[in-house]
Amino acid sequence: MTVTAAVVVFPGSNCDEDCRHVLSDVLDVSTQMVWHKESALPDVDLVVLPGGFSYGDYLRSGAIARFSPVMKAVVEHARAGGLTFGICNGFQILTEAGLLPGALRHNRGLKFVCQDVTVRVQHSDSALTSRAVAGDDLIIPVAHNEGCYYVGPEILERLEGEGQVLLRYVDPDGEVRGQAAVNGSLAAVAGICNSARNVFGMMPHPERCSEALVGGPAYGSKNTDGRRLFEGLVAAAAGGGA
Amino acid sequence: MAAQGSGLIARIVVTPRRDVLDPQGAAVQGALASLGFEEVSRVRIGRFMEVELHTDDRVVAEQRVHKMCEQLLANPVVEDFSFELTTRGTGA
Repeated sequence: MTVTAAVVVFPGSNCDEDCRHVLSDVLDVSTQMVWHKESALPDVDLVVLPGGFSYGDYLRSGAIARFSPVMKAVVEHARAGGLTFGICNGFQILTEAGLLPGALRHNRGLKFVCQDVTVRVQHSDSALTSRAVAGDDLIIPVAHNEGCYYVGPEILERLEGEGQVLLRYVDPDGEVRGQAAVNGSLAAVAGICNSARNVFGMMPHPERCSEALVGGPAYGSKNTDGRRLFEGLVAAAAGGGA
Repeated sequence: MAAQGSGLIARIVVTPRRDVLDPQGAAVQGALASLGFEEVSRVRIGRFMEVELHTDDRVVAEQRVHKMCEQLLANPVVEDFSFELTTRGTGA
């Protein structure tokens, strides 16, 4: 069974080709690019909203992209249980669209952060994290100005209770804290899923560390930690879509 | 001469909710303190928008601007909004 995916391209997306490359060339997923003006999506297993600066981040990150024509189809796909994955600006768009709870605010340190971060896998019972084990540390780069996750206390409690916080930032000293050092995220949230566990959002960029060639020379073994997350999604699509 | 057909202007203010971290406000508060304005106890930084409307119906405009804020101009998860309507051309 060939797994199929669509990468949505907004004006200002800049990680769309990277996502297509990883899906198509690294993981052999039949991948189509879909311009945001389309009113329908092709019948695919996985929809990816890539990183970038859709609509120049005007008003709020993701606020305008969320009303692009294609988003109606993305919402339908997600509500019907289809795998949906937002990375960085894609995560911001999913929260603005109400497909994931919370919001991404200005980084606490007021700086655009562009660096490798360590994220700790919290639960492996989701498509995204199924190729990892709870407690695994993954090294994945971030590049964002608005990545400080916030959600009200009641909803955070629900997220924690239902195991929807999938990835948390590990501070440079190896600890996970209530407020992540990298951007100030509440409960150190780096990635979450919805309650149905088919919609995923994360600020770090797994598509930038999915091949040994470009995984970053900082590591003795070439870093392909991001690939494990994509492989989890692809495996779920292959298993669930048949 | 701002009788009929002059339209309305909505002046909209969007601010971070009080329980939400506002790093820009905190940074500006620190800068004010370093300038000697120690009486500043808190700074919140938000967004100001002027929306011109080609209607003179204040009741309808009030409802419509409220909807604009809820649907797009503010994010209710982290922001509050308020606005006032003035008649265009009054220089208010």
